Amino acid sequence: MTTGITAATSRPGAAAPAATPPARRRGGRGRRSRAGSHQWEATPLTRLTLIVAIALSFFPLWWMIVIASRTNADATRFPPPILPGGNLWNNLRTALSDPSSHLVTGLVNSFIVASTVTFGVVAISTMAGFAFAKLRFRGRSALLVVVLLTMAVPLQHIGIVPLYIMMVELGWTNTLHAVILPFLVNGFGIFLMRQYALQAVPDSLVEAARTDGANTARIYWNVVLPALRPGMAVLALLTFMLNWNEFLWPLLVLDADNPTVQVAIRQLQQSNYSADFAMLFTGTLISILPLVVIFVAFGKQIIGGIMEGAVRQ
Amino acid sequence: MTGRLAAPPHPAPAGPVAGTPAALRRRYRLARLDIKASPYLFVSPYFLLFALFGLFPLGFTVWVSLHRWRLAGEKEWVGLDNFSFLLTYGPFWNSVVNTVAMFVIATVPQLLAALLIANALNRRMRGQLVWRLAILAPMVTSVVAVAVVFNQLYGLRYGMVNWLLGLVGIGPIDWRADSLPAWLAISSMVDWRWTGYNAMIYLAAMQFIPRDLYEAAAIDGASPRRQFWSITVPQLRPVIIFTVFVSTIGGLLLFTEPMMFDNGRFRGGSTGQFQTTTMFIVELFRDRNNYGMAAAAAWILFALIIIAATVNYLIVHRIRGSR
Repeated sequence: MTTGITAATSRPGAAAPAATPPARRRGGRGRRSRAGSHQWEATPLTRLTLIVAIALSFFPLWWMIVIASRTNADATRFPPPILPGGNLWNNLRTALSDPSSHLVTGLVNSFIVASTVTFGVVAISTMAGFAFAKLRFRGRSALLVVVLLTMAVPLQHIGIVPLYIMMVELGWTNTLHAVILPFLVNGFGIFLMRQYALQAVPDSLVEAARTDGANTARIYWNVVLPALRPGMAVLALLTFMLNWNEFLWPLLVLDADNPTVQVAIRQLQQSNYSADFAMLFTGTLISILPLVVIFVAFGKQIIGGIMEGAVRQ
Repeated sequence: MTGRLAAPPHPAPAGPVAGTPAALRRRYRLARLDIKASPYLFVSPYFLLFALFGLFPLGFTVWVSLHRWRLAGEKEWVGLDNFSFLLTYGPFWNSVVNTVAMFVIATVPQLLAALLIANALNRRMRGQLVWRLAILAPMVTSVVAVAVVFNQLYGLRYGMVNWLLGLVGIGPIDWRADSLPAWLAISSMVDWRWTGYNAMIYLAAMQFIPRDLYEAAAIDGASPRRQFWSITVPQLRPVIIFTVFVSTIGGLLLFTEPMMFDNGRFRGGSTGQFQTTTMFIVELFRDRNNYGMAAAAAWILFALIIIAATVNYLIVHRIRGSR
């Protein structure tokens, strides 16, 4: 499926012949001597810019690992330690086994919430995206405008006061569906799937299936979904990461002994461990591990998805 | 994949095989119904959820904001009192100033740095994917994780930032005591997380700029720097507008970083020196049970976001004109 993503990334370029990414023009070496081509060679200054940027990018992550594998005393020692120590397993054991931190509950809850939201958003977005891209119906453009508007404004944050009142009145506080349902409203997913369907599903294919007697649901399931799969993967990755990170809403709705992992970290910061940076950083490290795994495994797709989304704005 | 795509047309044989005219007519009617109704069925899950968790709360905010509203208590109609109170309420404007200041301090350098990084990434280099992944590495952290680490780095006595500044004879700075240092520290967290992401968006757009433009400019003797400002930046305008727009919304809803910077409290420092408007709203209803005023503040914040987005749009738009 990885090739599908690459194809998707370069697809908009097919419309504009001049749009081939410069970096991919390996064959264009002959042009180097022509005026302006030196613009595309990496200069020492370019490399320096990137190396500084990358050093800054990695430093806090590295520091997190260094302190998570040492003791609290090392976090306040000067000059600071540069290399990880040998205390990581010990710290991990303490962080995970300490009942007051609720880290394990947090991890489990976050997995349930982020996976459910991801599954729901992908399902809802592929259905609506398909309808907006390939079906004709009255009010289509007006409804699409509504979707685009909700894409821009995070309603879960603007309407936070009444949403909270709602959850209290419904008796939904401290339930996981209270942190799942509001985040199923995701205009971006529909937009992404619509754009993808426009290109990945030829009209002729839908027509052909219809002449052969397939109804809309069948077309969605057998024709559209297989074609959308690479796009769905990207949407799923981005949605999962976004919801794994959600903090404000779970903080408000969930109780202290039933948190998501982000809320658990905040509790760790306020607990007996507030002054123990080794523990705090260990908990933080645990909380980002799933994201690290996703990023390492699917980094290419994520970059493709971000760049893809950008070009289409 | 083509095999699977080709599969669906076959299973339902239409036409001569099906029997009586009545059955045919029924099937025809079903097909019409399917074509008419299905599109609405397919978009309905979204709009149902949107109505419940998007539209209804938004409208309900208006209702709540017109009341003195306490949870499990009397709801008393007060008209626009909440609004008029907030408009002259110091702590509210303090939070607005903090929010806008951090938005500006964080966004301007962030987008400039993202442009430079994207420009650097847009060169011919080996290991392209590795460079991009490295630039995007902050994506693997959560906002809370960033805040925890930076919180420690900006410690007064044991933080590495003050230690480094001490080496060159500055400080130590109490990053939480006053607004300006807190703004800078919090903005650096925001920038650290989002610069690479924006760089990736700019990079995507840069790859669509026709290279002839640069070649023509080079023939006319334009330096690479000149080319960057006169070709790259103007060509990127739609994307720059987009990133400014997204940063505006994200920036004005800033919450997690400043909250974690105050050890997870809503106050934003002892006198609210770095309390953002979202923190102010949450403090109002969570700690002070004042839902009506919180709803009013949420509406004002919403209005501010729209104003800020419009102003930013106009500013970025003007840059285009004054070439």
